[in-house]
Amino acid sequence: MVLSAIDSATTVLAADSGWTILFTGDNLTRLLGGLWTSVSVAGLALVFGIPLGVVLGALRIMHNPVLRAVLRLYLEFFRIIPTLVILFLFYYILPREMGVQVDGETIAVVAFGLWVAAEISDVVRGALISVPEHQVDAGKALGMNGLQLLWYVRLPQSINLMVPATINLAARVIMTTSLLLLISVIDVITVGQQIMEANRMAHPDSAFWVYGFVFLLYFIVCWPLAMIARALEKRAKERNNG
Amino acid sequence: MADPNNFGPNDDEILLSVQHLKKSYGNHEVLKDISFDVPRGKVFVLLGPSGSGKSTLIRCLNGLETIQGGTIAFKGKPIDGTEKTWRRLRTEIGMVFQSYDLFPNLTVAQNILLGPTKVQKRPKDEVERQMDKLLADVQLSEYKNAYPRELSGGQKQRIAIVRALTMNPELMLFDEVTASLDPEMVREVLELMLGLAEHHMTMIVVTHEMEFARRVADTVLFLENGVILERQSGHDFFTHPETDRAKAFLDSMAPISDEE
Repeated sequence: MVLSAIDSATTVLAADSGWTILFTGDNLTRLLGGLWTSVSVAGLALVFGIPLGVVLGALRIMHNPVLRAVLRLYLEFFRIIPTLVILFLFYYILPREMGVQVDGETIAVVAFGLWVAAEISDVVRGALISVPEHQVDAGKALGMNGLQLLWYVRLPQSINLMVPATINLAARVIMTTSLLLLISVIDVITVGQQIMEANRMAHPDSAFWVYGFVFLLYFIVCWPLAMIARALEKRAKERNNG
Repeated sequence: MADPNNFGPNDDEILLSVQHLKKSYGNHEVLKDISFDVPRGKVFVLLGPSGSGKSTLIRCLNGLETIQGGTIAFKGKPIDGTEKTWRRLRTEIGMVFQSYDLFPNLTVAQNILLGPTKVQKRPKDEVERQMDKLLADVQLSEYKNAYPRELSGGQKQRIAIVRALTMNPELMLFDEVTASLDPEMVREVLELMLGLAEHHMTMIVVTHEMEFARRVADTVLFLENGVILERQSGHDFFTHPETDRAKAFLDSMAPISDEE
C-alpha cells in the first residue's frame, strides 16, 4: 500500500512529468514576467483610477443635479457592461473609429483605470455620506467652505471605510487582468498557454501544472490583499462602535 | 489686542435683527412670522414646547437652514442669504450644538485651532495663546492633547464652547447644549454660559433648563407652532407669564413637588 502510494507519487513527480516544464528553459521567468505585466496593468489602472475616482466621488455629493446624473450614468455604464466588452470596445472599436493605434497594455490601463474610477467614486460617495450631517454642520459653523468640509471633516472620518473597499477592488482588478489575453497582451495566462502549446506533445498533462502554477501566482498576489482588507474592515467596525 | 473675554456693551446697537422670517419644509410652515431684535450684549432665551420651531429658528440665524421669507440683518446689514455671505458671517456667529460635534479624529487643541487657523487664517501662535487662556478658564488645560472620546460629555461640550469662542464671535448661538448631558454635567456647562453672559457676550439660547433660563435671560421669546406667542423680560416671564399657553408650559416644566 504505502509502497504503491510512494510509487504513484514518484510517477507523478517523475522527471518527465508535466511539472518539469515550469522550470525548463526560461519558462519560469516568462511566467513571472507575464504576472508582472498583469500586476503592472492593474497597478497603473489603480494609480490613475483611484485619484480620479476620489474626485468623482466627492463631486457626487454636491447638490448639482446635472453633474450627479452624469456621474451616476458613468458609474452605471461600467457596472452594467461586462469588463470584457469594455476592453473590446476600447481595443477594437475606439482606435479604429478614431484612427489611433495604441498597444493593448495602454488600452487595458485606460479601460481598467476608468472602471476603477467608477467603482471608487461609489465607494468614496458612500463613505462620505456616512459622515453624520451634524458633524458637517459643526464644520460649517466654523465657516468652512465645501473643500475644507471635505478635507477636514468628511474625508478623515470616512477614510477607514474607503480603504478596505479599495483594497478589495485592487484584488478584483488583478484577477480581471486574466481577460488581457483576449486583447493580445502577453499576461501570465498568455505565457502559460504558450508554454502548454509548445509542450503539447512531450507533456500532455502540462495544463494541470501550468494552470495550477498560475492559480498559485494569483493566490499569492490576491490573498494578502484580501487579508489586509478584512483586518482593516474589522478595525474600522471596532472603531465605529468604540 | 482686545481682551477676548470682554465683549463690552455698546449701548443700543442692534446686533441681530430678524424681520418676518418664514421657514417651511415643503408645505409645512415651521416658522410663520418671526421678528425680533437682539441688542449687543444681551441674552435671548428661546423657550417653547418641542416642535415649536426653536431649534429651526436658531439654525436659520447662521444659515444652516435656508429661509423662505423675511430678512435677517447682522450688524445693521441685511444678509443676502448666499452661502458665501453665510460662510463669512459664521466666523462672527459662533454656534454650539446638542451633540457637541467635536471632530473625533482630532485632539482638543486641533479641534480648537482648526477654525481660527485654517478658516480665519490667523497666526497659529496668537490663536494658541488665546486657546491656552480659554482652556485654563474652563479648567481643561490638561486635556489639550486628549481626543474627544477620552472626555466626558460635559467636558466635550465645554471644549465645543471654547472652540466657538476662539473664533472671536460677536454672537453665540446655543442649541440645546445640555440636552444630551447627564444631570451632574449640566451644571458645569451652564456655569460656563453664565460666565459668558456676565462678560456681556451676546447670546441666543435654546434650552429646557428653566432655572438657568430665569437667571440668564434678558429677554424670553416663547414660541409655539412657529410664532412668538410671548416676549418678556426674563424676570417677568417666569413670575407672571401673560398667556395661558406660557403658563401651562411653565407648569409642565416645573419640578415635581412633594406636596399635593
